[in-house]
Amino acid sequence: MISEQLLYSLAGVGLFGIGLRATLLHHMLLLRLLALNVCGAGVFLIFIAIAYGGIEVMADPVPHALVLTGIVVAVSATAMALALGRRLEALNDE
Amino acid sequence: MNDAIIWVIAIPLLGSLISIIWSRYASMIAIISNLLALAASIIIVAQVYQYGPVNHALGSWQSGLGISLRADALSSILLLMSMIVISAATFYAGAYFTDPVKRARFWPLWLMLVVALNALLLSGDLFNLYVTLELLGLSAVALTALSDNRAALQAAIRYLSIGLLGSLVFLAGVALIYMGHGTLDLVALSNKVQAEPLSQVAFGLMTAGLLIKSALFPLHFWLPSAHASAPAPVSAALSALVVKVAVYILLRLWVDVFDLVLTPLSAMLLGTLGAIAVIWGSWQALQAQRLKLMAAYSTVAQIGYLFIFLPLIVALPEGPVQDAAFTALLLMALTHGFAKSAFFLSAGVIQQYCGHDRIAELGGTARALPLTTFVIALSGVALIGLPPSGTFLGKWYLISSSFQAGQWWWVPVIAIGSVLATAYVFRILGYAFGPGESVGRVLNRGREEIPALLLALFATLILGLGSFELWDFVAQHSEFLRG
Amino acid sequence: MDFFDHLPLLILLSSLLPGLAIFLVREENHLLRTSLNLFGAFTKLGLVGLMIWGVFHEWVTEMRWQIAPGLELVLHADALSVVFVTLSTVLWLVTTIYAIGYLEHSPHRSRFFGFFSLCVTATVGLALAGNLFTFVLFYELLTLATYPLVAHKGSAEAVRGARIYLTYTLGGGIMLLIGVVWLHTIAGPIDFQQGGVLSSLTHLDPWTLRWIFLFMIIGLGVKAALFPFHGWLPQAMVAPAPVSALLHAVAVVKAGAFGIVRVVYDVFGVEYADALGLLPFLGAIAAFTIVYGSVKALSQDHLKRRLAYSTISQVSYIALGTAILGPLATIGGIVHLVHQGVMKITLFFAAGNYAETLGVHHVSEMDGIGRRMPATTMAFSIAALGMIGIPPIAGFISKWYLGLGALQAGAGFWVIPVLIASSLLNAAYFLPILYRAWFKPAMVKWPAEKEHSGRWEMPGALMWPPVITATLALLFGLFAAAPFSPLEWATLIAGREY
Repeated sequence: MISEQLLYSLAGVGLFGIGLRATLLHHMLLLRLLALNVCGAGVFLIFIAIAYGGIEVMADPVPHALVLTGIVVAVSATAMALALGRRLEALNDE
Repeated sequence: MNDAIIWVIAIPLLGSLISIIWSRYASMIAIISNLLALAASIIIVAQVYQYGPVNHALGSWQSGLGISLRADALSSILLLMSMIVISAATFYAGAYFTDPVKRARFWPLWLMLVVALNALLLSGDLFNLYVTLELLGLSAVALTALSDNRAALQAAIRYLSIGLLGSLVFLAGVALIYMGHGTLDLVALSNKVQAEPLSQVAFGLMTAGLLIKSALFPLHFWLPSAHASAPAPVSAALSALVVKVAVYILLRLWVDVFDLVLTPLSAMLLGTLGAIAVIWGSWQALQAQRLKLMAAYSTVAQIGYLFIFLPLIVALPEGPVQDAAFTALLLMALTHGFAKSAFFLSAGVIQQYCGHDRIAELGGTARALPLTTFVIALSGVALIGLPPSGTFLGKWYLISSSFQAGQWWWVPVIAIGSVLATAYVFRILGYAFGPGESVGRVLNRGREEIPALLLALFATLILGLGSFELWDFVAQHSEFLRG
Repeated sequence: MDFFDHLPLLILLSSLLPGLAIFLVREENHLLRTSLNLFGAFTKLGLVGLMIWGVFHEWVTEMRWQIAPGLELVLHADALSVVFVTLSTVLWLVTTIYAIGYLEHSPHRSRFFGFFSLCVTATVGLALAGNLFTFVLFYELLTLATYPLVAHKGSAEAVRGARIYLTYTLGGGIMLLIGVVWLHTIAGPIDFQQGGVLSSLTHLDPWTLRWIFLFMIIGLGVKAALFPFHGWLPQAMVAPAPVSALLHAVAVVKAGAFGIVRVVYDVFGVEYADALGLLPFLGAIAAFTIVYGSVKALSQDHLKRRLAYSTISQVSYIALGTAILGPLATIGGIVHLVHQGVMKITLFFAAGNYAETLGVHHVSEMDGIGRRMPATTMAFSIAALGMIGIPPIAGFISKWYLGLGALQAGAGFWVIPVLIASSLLNAAYFLPILYRAWFKPAMVKWPAEKEHSGRWEMPGALMWPPVITATLALLFGLFAAAPFSPLEWATLIAGREY
């Protein structure tokens, strides 16, 4: 049977794929950002799946640290993209 | 003295934070921080030269859990180049920005860019590479958007989206590596990674992510608009440094970590894309109507040259010939870094003088600013690859390696690239010879022109004639080339 | 002899440093600029004189500078470099004087003389190059230094002519680079050695060497204006007369021809080159170019263009001499390097004088010009007669040796007709000019006459240079057997080669 680790990893890959497709196909900034965040979520899920070693064993903390850092980076990048998008809209309205 | 490796990252970081608080003195703070960091980078190079690769574990946490910094010949030389370019551009930027609002925003971001660059070059593990790559991308995007016009913002948004995608693909590769080998440390991985499916997929992902970041054809489409709409010192840093470090990471991963995973076919693929980049980029540069756009496309072409080295380095047997090819790649990257930054800084001077950078209307400006035109000529010589520039030597070894590895087909590509480069550089220089009497004063905007001149002299004279030490240095002190 | 070892570098610096200084001289400061120019020229002359002495006594004069693994910058003085360096130095001095006079009241003189000095530096560096890498380096630098001179006037056609020049020469540069790098790859770094280096490296594949030779000849042939790479030369006539004089007599064209001589004699070795079948190939191209250039010259009415095609034809004599196996032909080729330089520069000086003083640009306007400008036209006539090959002017000596050498090598059956045909064609396009100039009555009014109040027909700086060089042409021919004459040097070189 498929182990839990493999299941979650595949889910992560699947999310990544969905996000990737959406990024490449859409041109609207907001949609792209959401898609990129889904990509990110997919990668983070892979990391979390790696960390899991079974019910008895303590989870590996290193991937957790990586995921936290990754989330911070993703949030900052999203925030910056949104700020730029708003400024562009403001310029377009002038 | 081990601390130099920390100071080179910490000082710009402190400088960045202080310049947010004390924005009135931001320019002075930036100059001081960068000069101190430059001194630190010189110390690091000296240390590597004397003792070999330098390691440092942050906070004394050992690798596996902690962040390790490491400097070897390749990274320390690139670090030195980066600090020289940054320092020159910092002097330049002090005079370039006249609007106080922009100044206040520029300096903290600029210093963060420096932090990211230095930390990236000194990173010793994969995740640190990811983090610093992101930091670099974010600062670069913010700096690009500083021009605050529609074109710049659109370019910045596109740069951010594509960059983010590239980083995420890279991160996926990192995840797979960790899944397979349980460590992210570069040195440990260089011994562990074998040719197995997991590593191969990771290799593919990480390469793809880095190709996006280094703007290799056909993933280069975000670069021209971003580099052309950014303010001049930012364009200089982007073309000369930001793109280069992505190539650096790729090189280190290929030669160090994935040396058993990569196949000659994959190297040939990248080399072919590089060859297309050379021709396509040079052709587009010839068609460009604006000076900075032309320079941006020229960067696309020059990155192509760097990638052509890859199949050759892979194909050559270990020994002095391979070492020479590797050092030639480094020399070409260095020369281009200096030359392109000098070019962009000069383009900035021209743009400020006459309000635009359209090539067709350049005539009077070129004659009114003789020193700037001279700098463009010097850096143009380096971009074409004529003696006595470092690019000439790089081209020599590129052709030589092609013949020695039996891959002669790169030679016509190099020839065509050189001819096209000649065409687009001299298209500009032709304007310096218009009819009309007067030639302007030699030095017009000293604080801006002199840094550009120094950078161009580095590229065209110093690296061309005085770089002999570099060969031994790289061959002896690069971790992976030895043994 | 430590001083002697640094001599090549000093010779380079004697024009490089004044050149760089001249760039910074303000436009109005004629005195400083002229002083720098003449100081550089005379210093160089002195240093070259020392070098001639040293080479004659076979003292080694060499400088090496390591650039990269396997790549060394080598400056080396041997008999062949001495010939070219002396030619360049003497003619540079003369041209400098001419240019000072010619460009009076012209703008951008500091820029002009700065690049002028850089051009000579590159030429001298090329002459003193001791290996292929150094040669290629200075070859490209020469292109860079001469581009601003061609584009100097700044008009649209000047910039266009300069761009054509650049395309041809940098394209040729790439071909030369590929050939040289390829050779380095299979044979290691090649120092120039009398008698050639490659003949002793028996493991090299002959076909690869043939391809390498082809690349190098294409690369060198562009500058030497061999057919079909000669197209830039007539276009470059748009440059001011001192530049045309320098380019055609001393710097660019000679650099290409000199390179061909170096490659055949000091890289391949003339006997080995013959064994590989390279010499007939070169000879064929040279012979074709000789005839082609002369034929095209016939149809040109514009004086400088006619002289340009004449150059294309005449420089190929050097290649022809190189392509015939035998010391006499070698002597003929090498001595023509000097003779053609002196004669052609006279012709261009004269053409420049006609244009400056009288606004005469075309042959059809030259009726009776001999009476109006006797000194210039006398110089022109001597040089033209030398070109045709009439004794005792220098040109005759070169053609004589080439003919003898061809007979000696058994190649007489195709070389002699080429020589005869070319002399006849030369006569066909030069003699009518001389006839017009001396024997036809003058036109009523010259196109654009400039008044000159001095004793002679024109300013001294413009008049004396062609007279001096024409006299040299005459002397080289009359006193060819004297020691230190070009002929004696050529004989010396040939002796050391075979």
